[in-house]
This record gives sequence, C-alpha cells and structure tokens, in this order.
Amino acid sequence: MKIRAQFAMVFNLDKCIGCHTCSVTCKNVWTNRKGVEYAWFNNVESKPGIGYPKEWENQDKWKGGWTKLNGKLELKAGGRLKKIVQIFSNPNLPEIDDYYEPFTYDYARLQNAPLSEAAPTARPVSQITGEKMDKITWGPNWEDDLAGEFASRARDKNFSNMEKEMYKQFENTFHMYLPRICNHCINPACVASCPSGALYKREEDGIVLADQDRCRGWRMCISGCPYKKVFFNWESSKAEKCVGCYPRVENGMPTVCSESCVGRIRYNGIILYDADKISAAASADNVQDLYQEHLDMFVDPFDPAVIEQAKKDGITDDWILAAQKSPIYKMAVQWKIAFPLHPEYRTLPMIWYVPPLSPVQSQIDQKALPTEADGVIPKASAMRLPVKYLANLMTAGKEQPIIDALNRMIAMRSYQRSVHVEGTPDTRALEAVGMTEDMAKEMYRYLAIANYEDRFVIPTSKEEMRLEDYHGFQGQAGFSFGSASSVGISPNSLFPERRKESMEPRKPVPHADELHDVTGERY
Amino acid sequence: MSLTNLFFGVYPYIALTVFVIGSWIRYDNEQYTWKTDSSQLLSKQGMMLASNLFHVGVIMIFFGHFAGLVLPHGLWLGLGISDLAHQWIAIIAGVIFGIMCLVGGSMLWYRRMYNPRVRINSRRSDVFIITWLMATLILGLLTVPFSIGHAVKGDPAVMLALAEWVKSILLLNPQPELMTKVDPIFRAHIFFGMTVFLVFPFTRLVHILTAPFSYLTRAYQIVRTKRRLA
Repeated sequence: MKIRAQFAMVFNLDKCIGCHTCSVTCKNVWTNRKGVEYAWFNNVESKPGIGYPKEWENQDKWKGGWTKLNGKLELKAGGRLKKIVQIFSNPNLPEIDDYYEPFTYDYARLQNAPLSEAAPTARPVSQITGEKMDKITWGPNWEDDLAGEFASRARDKNFSNMEKEMYKQFENTFHMYLPRICNHCINPACVASCPSGALYKREEDGIVLADQDRCRGWRMCISGCPYKKVFFNWESSKAEKCVGCYPRVENGMPTVCSESCVGRIRYNGIILYDADKISAAASADNVQDLYQEHLDMFVDPFDPAVIEQAKKDGITDDWILAAQKSPIYKMAVQWKIAFPLHPEYRTLPMIWYVPPLSPVQSQIDQKALPTEADGVIPKASAMRLPVKYLANLMTAGKEQPIIDALNRMIAMRSYQRSVHVEGTPDTRALEAVGMTEDMAKEMYRYLAIANYEDRFVIPTSKEEMRLEDYHGFQGQAGFSFGSASSVGISPNSLFPERRKESMEPRKPVPHADELHDVTGERY
Repeated sequence: MSLTNLFFGVYPYIALTVFVIGSWIRYDNEQYTWKTDSSQLLSKQGMMLASNLFHVGVIMIFFGHFAGLVLPHGLWLGLGISDLAHQWIAIIAGVIFGIMCLVGGSMLWYRRMYNPRVRINSRRSDVFIITWLMATLILGLLTVPFSIGHAVKGDPAVMLALAEWVKSILLLNPQPELMTKVDPIFRAHIFFGMTVFLVFPFTRLVHILTAPFSYLTRAYQIVRTKRRLA
C-alpha cells in the first residue's frame, strides 16, 4: 500500500443551472490572452449535444485516452514508437474549427461610424486573422439549452445503445448541463502522451500541470486527452491546461470556478488512494467494472492502518484530517451518489458528478409518473432523463449504480419533504434504500444547504517541505534580462520575439465628446 | 584575404560558432522559446502529406550528407564501396529524398505564404527559414546534373574534394583552396547550407536538437514532488 492524496472535486449536476459563471471567471483569470481565446479550461455543455470541441466523446474519431491492447493498457492513439512516427503531423489533432474560430466584434465602429440613417453594426472579427467574418457558424456554446436541430445533437456519443429517435419528440425531450474541467486524472493520458515529458502529476495533491519551459509543442497531449482539456496555445505554441487553480488551492482556497459557482454545486477536497492499485484499476477487463475498481482504490481515512501508512508516505496530520472531513469522500465513497465522467477512457478521472434528477412536478400532479411509497416522489427509473443516458456518461453504461444514487437522493428529498411539509418524519423512502435519518440529514446539509465550509475542505500545501532552497533564489529575480522572472520572453533577447499583439482593432476610440458634439458642428 | 578564403575558410567557423554557442545560450536562457512552433492547429489541410514528405526528406538528406562528407573516406572503401559507386548512391538517394523534400517543402512554403491564418501568425523568421531551406534544397538539386556529368565520366574528384574540404574544416585545418576546383553551383549550395547553421539558433529549427527520443524508453507517467528527498 502506498497512500497518496488527490485534490478532487464533485459537481452536483442536480443543481447546475447552466449560468456559465464558472466558465467566465475561469476565462477571466486564466485564458484571457492571445492564443487561448478559444480555450475554455472550464466550459458548461448542454447535454445531449456534441460538446466542445465537436464530438469530443467520440474516441473512434479522436483516439483519446487508453485502451486494452492484447491484455495490456495502451494509449488508444498508439504507443511510443507510433507517436514518434506521427510527430510531423498528428493525425488525431483537432483543428481550431473543431473548437470554433475565436472572434470579437468591431466595437469601435459603433462610435467611429459617420452619421447615417441606419444604426452602425459591430461586425465580427476573427481573432486569428483580424479579418471581418461574414457569419459566425460555431461558438464555444453553440448548443446552449438544446439550440439547434435534433439531428446534430443526436451525434452525442452518450446515445449509444439507446433508441434515440423517441427523444426527438418534444414531449420526450430531456436536457441537463455538464460543466467540464480538466479531470486531474490518476492515470492521465496527456502525461503519457507527451514526448518531451513536460506534463506531470504533482505527488502532493495530484494536480496535473504542463511545464511551460519543457513543452516543445509536439501536440500529442492535445489529442491524447480524451476529454480534450489540454489546449494548444497557437500564439506560444505550447500546451496549456486547467491548473486546478493551484496557487489558490495551495493556500487553502477553492478553485475560482468553485468559489464563484452561484448554485453552490462544486465541492473541493482531498481523497486518499492507494497508488499501488493504479495500474490494476485502470486495466480492468470490462469497462463497466472501472467505476467499482476506481472506487476500490480510495482508502478509508479513519482506518488506523491507513493513517499509519499515510504518515509513512509523507502525508501530514492536517491532510489526514482534511481527508476525513472531505466532501468528496462522503459523496463518492460513503453515499455513492457521485460518479466519474466516462470511466471507460481508463484515465481514472478525479472530477466526479452527482447525476441530475429531472424536474417532473407537473407529471406527478397529473398522476402520470409512478411514485415511491409517499406518493409524491417519482421512481428513479421513471425520470425524464433516461438512466441509460446517464449511465453512458458516468458508468460506461452500467445502470444500477446510477439508479441506486438517484434513489438515495430521492429518498433524502422524500424524507425532508415529510419533515418540512407534513411536519412528521416519514422514513419509508429511506428504509427502502437502506438509509438512516442521520445520513439523510447530512446529505441534506451537504446537497441542499451546501455551506461554504462543508463544500470546501482544502488543506494548505506544505511549503516548508519544499525541495527548493529559498536562499538559493536570492538575487535571482527582479533585475534580470533573462526569463527567470519575466513572462518567459525577455525584451532584449536576440531570439524570436512574441508574435504580434492582440488582433482587436488597435485604433483608440475617440472620446464620446469629440465625436458627438452637441452642436453637431464637428460632422 | 580572397573571397574563397572568406567564404570557405572563415565563414564556416563563424557559422559553426554561432550555431553551437547560440544554441547553447538559447537552451540555457530561453527554454520557453525552445519549441517546434507547430501551426497544425490553425490549419490541418494537406499537413499529413506536406509535413511528412518534408521532414522525412530533410532528415534523410541530412544523414546522407553526414555519411558522405563527414564519416571517414576509408570506411566506405573498407566496406567495398568504390568512390564512383559512392557517388552514384549519393546521386540516387539525393534525387529521391530531395524530390520528397521539395514537394513537401513547397507545399509548406505555399501554406506559410498564402494560408491566411498561417501567414498572419508567422514571424519573419518563420517565413525566412522555410524560404531559405527551399533555396538551399533547390541549389542542392541543381548540383545533381553536374554530379551525374562527373560520374558518367568516371571522375569522382569533385566529390572527393568536397569531402576533403569538409574534413579540413572539421579538423581545424581549413583548406579553402579545395573549393576553387568545384563547380560554382556547389559553392552556392554550400554557402546557403552554412547559413542555415548560422541562423539556426535564431529560428524554430532548434526543435531538431530536442527531438524526443527519450520518450521511447521512459515510463508513461511522470510524477513530480516538491518534497525534500530523504
């Protein structure tokens, strides 16, 4: 047994309203720069839909993640030699149009245009070429709230083994939001794909990072990641990805996407796992066993044997305490209401999801839905969202764990409804799924109330245990012409400078007073 | 100093010195800029053919030059390859890989110049280096008829003089006068080729020096620790 701690998250899809606040805060903090305008470390997809980039879940097309080859775990796009052979032109690399051509608008035109009968328009401008675009045909969230026709969205891979035609009818339409970030996998395919060894997983908290100095831009990680969450900065020609907001997390703060989530759907915490089980877990023969194998890697932070081993492996007391109080451990392991996204990619992802219940009150009122014992809460299998669809998303198609999770959430609601509406606790629904009242109360506290201190249990990093000698850094930063303390490109360098700055119109917009003189004489 | 001395006695050392020291400084100080500068994300069209033809061609041409000019002459004689056979092998391999490189490189050059997304996001050095490499390649291919002429006459003297000159440079005993015996087209090709070394550290070409062969032997997963190792 070798115990490691992993920084992990749970997203409670039952409460996600698709407001994109997470995406916007993330963009403002991390990808608000030339070269990554098109990159969204965090994005929220409307499901069903083909997503961002287009059809990212279709690994027959993109060859991301891992597969079993002759009984051995191997990258789906091929092993090391194949990667080297394909290095001159990566056949699996998405093109920027698979994400979307980044654009802005010629806003200055709104103020610069000469007087005219019609109001001036701000035409879209490509942020790659600076040219005007005739028409925007795809964007970062083109399918928002089921926009577009069913035929396009039906290419969603999660419809496999489903009679999807019936969901074309308006009466049967279903919809959910899927916020996505880097999964900070335990068996990351991006790290394994990197020819120059620039991507790495941090031992302390499991955050996966791309070393900007070591990255040579061989672009194998971009296609290697099955979630398409490593991006190619076309300005710097380097790989960039979600950094798990490590500067915040190291200081005990939640990631910026989690902090800003208005629906309080995001939980941050650590979970302890047995690193000796990684390869066996990732190599399970049947993809439907991967969820259980993944779950079995997590260790009980209350077990004295685990605590002893964790200390031997360099995990400190405050981290063990954080693991015990971890919301991730509660939801994933104790309550089993959270699931990994697409475990069949075999990367052992560490952003887990609570599946959504579907709002069906009007159908219950019409007595059109079979309900649980209390006559108010519907049966999980009769929900609007097909269980098969959720199972394809979270358990490689195995339905029972999803049904069990939905039933537990429903039972908790049923019990809480009886307490708050009827005034007398009704535990029939709880008994049916083997839950205690205490468990239901705690689940209610975590899922419905979702207090800040319950959602975010993040131990600070152990900076005092760092490898570097801080005294050695003295005098190295501040006045150097090298890249030691700069953004990486020094102004006095003989070597290639940055490409041109931003594509947005550079001409300063004149002050309103200069243009729109009240007397009109300036026209 | 005569022009011959300048171009074939001094210039090679300037080029090699800048190549070695420049690359060294850039590797030490400018790791962030050390990269392939791939533009495949912006446009994939035709890249499969163009990039593979160009890279395979240019790598084989490099090793061909290395084998023919740098490896000791005695090695080939010892292997039973006569000078004339050596020259024919060089001609045939040069034509095959040269044309591969020419086709792929022309496609890349066209893409660099006329694909709007690639063009506007090219640095001057990107445009310069592909143009210069193609010019060098075309000059190299133009030497082929001369080589064939020599080979048909059964006279490998020019090839031997070129190899002799390369060795004289590498052994720090320059003999620029050897170059007066060869056709001007060879001299032009060599000048262009030496210039590639001169500009190497200032362009994207540096990615060649970090070709990721270590990937073949490394473990898939990489874990880094900040902890002090006991």
